[in-house]
Amino acid sequence: MAHQSDLIADDILGYLKAQEEKSLLRFITCGSVDDGKSTLIGRLLWDSKLIFEDQLAALESDSRKVGTQGGEIDFALLLDGLQAEREQGITIDVAYRFFSTDKRKFIVADTPGHEQYTRNMATGASTADVAVILIDARKGILTQTRRHSFITSLLGIKHVVLAVNKMDLIDYDQSKFDAIVAEYQEFAKQLKYSSITAIPLSALRGDNMVEASANTPWYSGPTLLAHLENVQVEQDAVEKPFRLPVQWVNRPNLDFRGFSGTISSGRVKPGDEITVTASGQTSKVKEIVTFDGNLDVAIAGQAITLTLEDEIDISRGDVIAEAEAKPDFADQFEARIIWMHEDHLLPGRPYLIKMGAQVANAQISALKYKVNVNTLEHEPGKTLELNEVGIANVSADKALAFDPYDENRHSGRFIIIDRYTNATVGAGMVNHSLRRATNIKWQEMDINKGARAYQKGQKSAVLWFTGLSGAGKSTVANLVEKKLHALGKHTYTLDGDNVRHGLNKDLGFTDADRVENIRRVGETAKLFVDAGVITLVSFISPFKSERQLARSLVEDGEFIEVFIDTPLEVCEQRDVKGLYKKARAGEIANFTGIDSPYERPENAEIVVSTADQSAEEAAEIIVSKLEEFGVLGAWFPEI
Amino acid sequence: MQPNLTHLRQLEAESIHIIREVAASFERPVMLYSIGKDSSVLLHLARKAFYPAPPPFPLMHVDTTWKFREMIEFRDRIAAEYGFDLIVHINQDGVKQGIGPFTHGSSLHTDVMKTESLKQALNKYKFDAAFGGARRDEEKARAKERVFSFRTETHRWDPKNQRPELWDIYNARINKGESIRAFPISNWTELDIWQYIYLEQIPIVPLYYSAKRPVVERDGTLIMVDDDRMPLNPGEKPEMKSVRFRTLGCYPLTGAVESEAATLPDIIQEMLLTRSSERQGRMIDHDQAGSMEKKKQEGYF
Repeated sequence: MAHQSDLIADDILGYLKAQEEKSLLRFITCGSVDDGKSTLIGRLLWDSKLIFEDQLAALESDSRKVGTQGGEIDFALLLDGLQAEREQGITIDVAYRFFSTDKRKFIVADTPGHEQYTRNMATGASTADVAVILIDARKGILTQTRRHSFITSLLGIKHVVLAVNKMDLIDYDQSKFDAIVAEYQEFAKQLKYSSITAIPLSALRGDNMVEASANTPWYSGPTLLAHLENVQVEQDAVEKPFRLPVQWVNRPNLDFRGFSGTISSGRVKPGDEITVTASGQTSKVKEIVTFDGNLDVAIAGQAITLTLEDEIDISRGDVIAEAEAKPDFADQFEARIIWMHEDHLLPGRPYLIKMGAQVANAQISALKYKVNVNTLEHEPGKTLELNEVGIANVSADKALAFDPYDENRHSGRFIIIDRYTNATVGAGMVNHSLRRATNIKWQEMDINKGARAYQKGQKSAVLWFTGLSGAGKSTVANLVEKKLHALGKHTYTLDGDNVRHGLNKDLGFTDADRVENIRRVGETAKLFVDAGVITLVSFISPFKSERQLARSLVEDGEFIEVFIDTPLEVCEQRDVKGLYKKARAGEIANFTGIDSPYERPENAEIVVSTADQSAEEAAEIIVSKLEEFGVLGAWFPEI
Repeated sequence: MQPNLTHLRQLEAESIHIIREVAASFERPVMLYSIGKDSSVLLHLARKAFYPAPPPFPLMHVDTTWKFREMIEFRDRIAAEYGFDLIVHINQDGVKQGIGPFTHGSSLHTDVMKTESLKQALNKYKFDAAFGGARRDEEKARAKERVFSFRTETHRWDPKNQRPELWDIYNARINKGESIRAFPISNWTELDIWQYIYLEQIPIVPLYYSAKRPVVERDGTLIMVDDDRMPLNPGEKPEMKSVRFRTLGCYPLTGAVESEAATLPDIIQEMLLTRSSERQGRMIDHDQAGSMEKKKQEGYF
């Protein structure tokens, strides 16, 4: 592995000393399937002499076997990793490549150009400081070029290299190159780049890759490698206000209490005044502790441990910040969201979001608009599908500390996790916090829930009946309500069909609409509970997460899930409304149990089945359970 | 004003961030310790991450019983010196069946004494996160590996179903029985590792340095006769040669290179001027194209 430096052979200690000053650049390469991206990266590895002889031998034999260069060395073969990809001839995931010169170490995120893998590009771009966007000189700027540019800009990359490749195939024609560059610059005005460097290349022939090409005498700019070695990326994270997201509280003994994390922006020194976002408490930095001794100053990017002058309560997820320049701290914010999963985004569904070390339950409210990644146009939409981008409000169950992503690329960024599958389903970048969160206050009334329920001689509760269509939910709920009424209790039933006649008549049966349907019913039930009423809700409610959402709206103990566990075969045989027949005939789409899933409750408070019991028996079981739970007795409020 | 961080300091900070994140997010993490140079760096980074406290997880070595004797001595000395809680796991089923590389071949030996053994140990101690010292530059299949790499209940890796990993935010959510493998030094290259060992003066197993050692040549590979379990073929006679190892594993499966490099700068110099890649000394990769990928799907690190 011969590096360029003569020092290696002559003065290894001098070489090692020089290496200690080397910087690091992370960049992403984006291009379409045939733009020659793998060839370009392979060539950079090759020209920086990082190919070993055994790898070269393997490369030569592979090039003969499966190469696309007619037996000549196919640099692209250096890169493909997974067997299936090798056979298909396309890269389908993000791969990281490494090479270094005497000046810099490079980490290359190699991402696919194939249309359906936008999420991989976003992943690769998230850690990159520079984007190398490949263009086939014969084809000019394509839809993919615009998409790749938009995504890199969305992820906050400021520096772009426009690599106009395959110049050899257009006879190194300067006018064609100039036309492409002009068109791109016009397009890129709407993106937030701070520099665009266009280079005429042939990755295959090596033109302007490492050495200036004799074929492009009209080009006086840097070669690709020279540019990558010298490009100055913003080091301005250091100039922003100090932020330390606390990852770990270090407490080896009673005398030491340190707060560990990686400084996301700014700098810190002992004596600095700091504040903790969640509690608002302030203190001063006592020491910056590291394994290599205490530091006088630490800057963005360093992983450190802070001790403070005062004993204040700090835990993982808190952000220690400069007292004079606090970050935003809000539970509602607007964000741009990239969806990364086959299951669509469902507005209103509770997801987990992880922002630095902070984790919260959060809902993504209705989309403001989607952004077409090909045209950059805004489009209306209710949901996001895999690889779609949209702007939405996010509402978390607790306040989070952040700076807008455009102000600080190391803050205001989060991933979205499905609470049940644990999959990472999306990623988001905060545009700004919503003042709305702080302006609308809950109006406290003198007569409260407890007082209202006490007057009625009961405890308010939601009885949430869930089960398949035809399971007997409404029949049983009706009987339960009659029995409660006879006992002198105050009740109300929210029935799925009835609510769809009015409040929810604008909603259909897609997954997104089902979620909104449940959200509205859950909120309505919450108001009834506040009124002191025993509220019966009879809804198929097929998704666990929405039932969980409804449960989370009311207080502990107020939500009683009643699972009418009647098997599908029995429901289908009954088919009271004739719906199963229609669904089987394909006349109704998205029918629960047929072509839309029903997720069985795992911890329902009450389970009955109308297959083994009569509806009357089921209703009796439910009422006796309610007695057991104390719902039917008077509840003595604390006032 | 301090200069911007150098590449090694940036890599170091990234690794420490990952190590802390795993410790904070999982109930029972463990650091797999292979005794090699990458493991030595990993261990050093773990000490830095939690200083002044000791790392809040044990070290575990999956011992195939065929490691070089100097590796075992080094392991025990380091664990004692740094006060690490060290778990050594050996697949006793394999020992009973007398599995070894000479009698059963490299593939079966590795499968039983390493891959299976690791799964046994993870199940036995119910670890939900295991740190490994794998690097993305080691092999093509590893270039796409995540930093937090999800494993099913049966420890399988599914390359088609990996979680996207953005910024430095890692999804640590798993269900009971599932686990993750965490690779804090994913973005380091072999050269970074050596430069860091040099810069930080991290102790490594002496086998990396050249010395006179008894070796025999088999199929073009120099194998060190580390103990008397090694059967000698007719006419084979161990010769004393100046050799060193670029990678460490089971001694019968690890080729030595002839070298005079006896110091760290010598080693780095030799590596930079050499013409063959690090893994060439390992027998596992040569089996067939994509063999590392297969091993990974089955649970090999």
